[in-house]
Amino acid sequence: MVSDNFLGNYASVVAARSTDKSILKGAQDGGIVTQLFAYALEEGIIDGAIVAGPGDEPWKPVPVVATTVEELLAARGTKYNISPNMQLIKEATRSYGLDKVGIVGTPCQIQALRKGQLYPVGLRDVPDKIALAVGIFCMENFPYQSIVQLVEDHANTKLENVTKMDIGKGKFWVYTGRGASVQLPLKITHKYEQAGCHVCLDYVSNLADVSTGSVGTPDGWSTVFVRTKNGGDIWAKAIAAGCFETKPMDSVKPGLDLVTKLATEKITKNQKTLAERATFGVGKGLRNPYI
Amino acid sequence: MSNKISVGHVHMSGCTGCLVSFADNYGGLLTILDKYADLVYCLTLADVRHIPEMDVALVEGSVCLQDKTAVEEIKETRERAKIVVALGGCACYGNITRFSRGGQQNQPQHESYLPIGDLIDVDVYIPGCAPTPQMIRNVCVMAYLLLKGNDDQKKLAAEYLKPLMSLAKACTSSCGCDIMDSVINQGLCMGCGSCAASCPTRAITMQYGKPNVDREQCIKCGACVSQCPRSWFSFDVVSQFEGITDAINGAME
Repeated sequence: MVSDNFLGNYASVVAARSTDKSILKGAQDGGIVTQLFAYALEEGIIDGAIVAGPGDEPWKPVPVVATTVEELLAARGTKYNISPNMQLIKEATRSYGLDKVGIVGTPCQIQALRKGQLYPVGLRDVPDKIALAVGIFCMENFPYQSIVQLVEDHANTKLENVTKMDIGKGKFWVYTGRGASVQLPLKITHKYEQAGCHVCLDYVSNLADVSTGSVGTPDGWSTVFVRTKNGGDIWAKAIAAGCFETKPMDSVKPGLDLVTKLATEKITKNQKTLAERATFGVGKGLRNPYI
Repeated sequence: MSNKISVGHVHMSGCTGCLVSFADNYGGLLTILDKYADLVYCLTLADVRHIPEMDVALVEGSVCLQDKTAVEEIKETRERAKIVVALGGCACYGNITRFSRGGQQNQPQHESYLPIGDLIDVDVYIPGCAPTPQMIRNVCVMAYLLLKGNDDQKKLAAEYLKPLMSLAKACTSSCGCDIMDSVINQGLCMGCGSCAASCPTRAITMQYGKPNVDREQCIKCGACVSQCPRSWFSFDVVSQFEGITDAINGAME
């Protein structure tokens, strides 16, 4: 078990991608989340998963309880705005009747999940019904109107024509179905970030069972941290079932060093923000949630 | 037997739903009573008439100021219990009894209700309406470890209980407005949706990734703001979620 200040505790880290072509088509990167949930669903490890499904406006995610592979496939791809996945964590065990819940989330959502498991205030019977928590890497998120502003104004592209968005290689990329792509420098995007992201001290979903993201591996592949005993068991079974193609992390570029660098930058910057909050006013500060 | 802690359930102006939640640990409640705690007082379940000395008092309900017996009982509870736990939204924050204003038969003068923390010092809060069986179970196990465990167990229990003790020190009122005042207004909300999930009356909906609180529907239980990971979050404890979960499950076997 590795215990890293910036990357959290993990048993192993690999480069991976799904072996299922229908999953990879339309996946943001290596299709890890969709593939892992699809496998867990088919094996009865989970009986549903809370994922960011399509919403009523283009590129606006809505949390859904997916109980079929089709519903999982419909949730592929990153939507760079808020999907309050924890909103359904209790309902999944109520009207949906799930006993083994899967959930995907950003680092903050996985933190919320683990707090909810240890200190369930309004989440009766939820703690023992979490079967698989998959975390995604997250540098920051945006409100929906920020995405409208960035894509429709800055990138001058209609949202409904967009087929993929990506933050990578220092740019915000917008791709359309007809082959056009627009790239915005990240500095344009900064003022549109969700304020609450600036106190976040987690980049690679340290508290998930398995966490995954794009950084560190080539296009079409994902970096995967296997963290908990539960995550290790499920990952090993999925590998044995042929769900994933893997490569050692030290055999791919840019590799773990870049993940560590970005994690360190995020956490250091946000720790500074937290410190500044303490003396934000005159003789008064803002609240620090991390007691 | 001697190594168990003694626990009492004190029923103020509550609905017994908190006690039902405790009982809803099913076999777990029996395990707690077998291994860790003697239930020395509980009018609903046992024929002990007066509040005895106890290690932990689980107090549910708020206090009616115009009911002399109630006021005496909450004071006696404080005098006779080492640890006083406000169990549930009413004891912690007043909850639905915040809306009481008297004028009903046959005690129309029974109009003023306060959470127990306004009359006595409270050590630990277990908020929620109803509080969850799992949280009550966790607090019972941790209280046992705090009082009877080895040094490592005492340390873990103290870390676990610390946020719940901080809540007890912080205040005696709560409502959906806290999500606005102490989270969104403070620049801390990141739109996870925990508040909406934890609200027992569905007074919170997520709109464009942010909570919208229907304050007419809110019953002032305080669940939303307690569950919010940006209200309070202890990396020391939550990062150990795997070990703590295993320890609690192990204790309940």
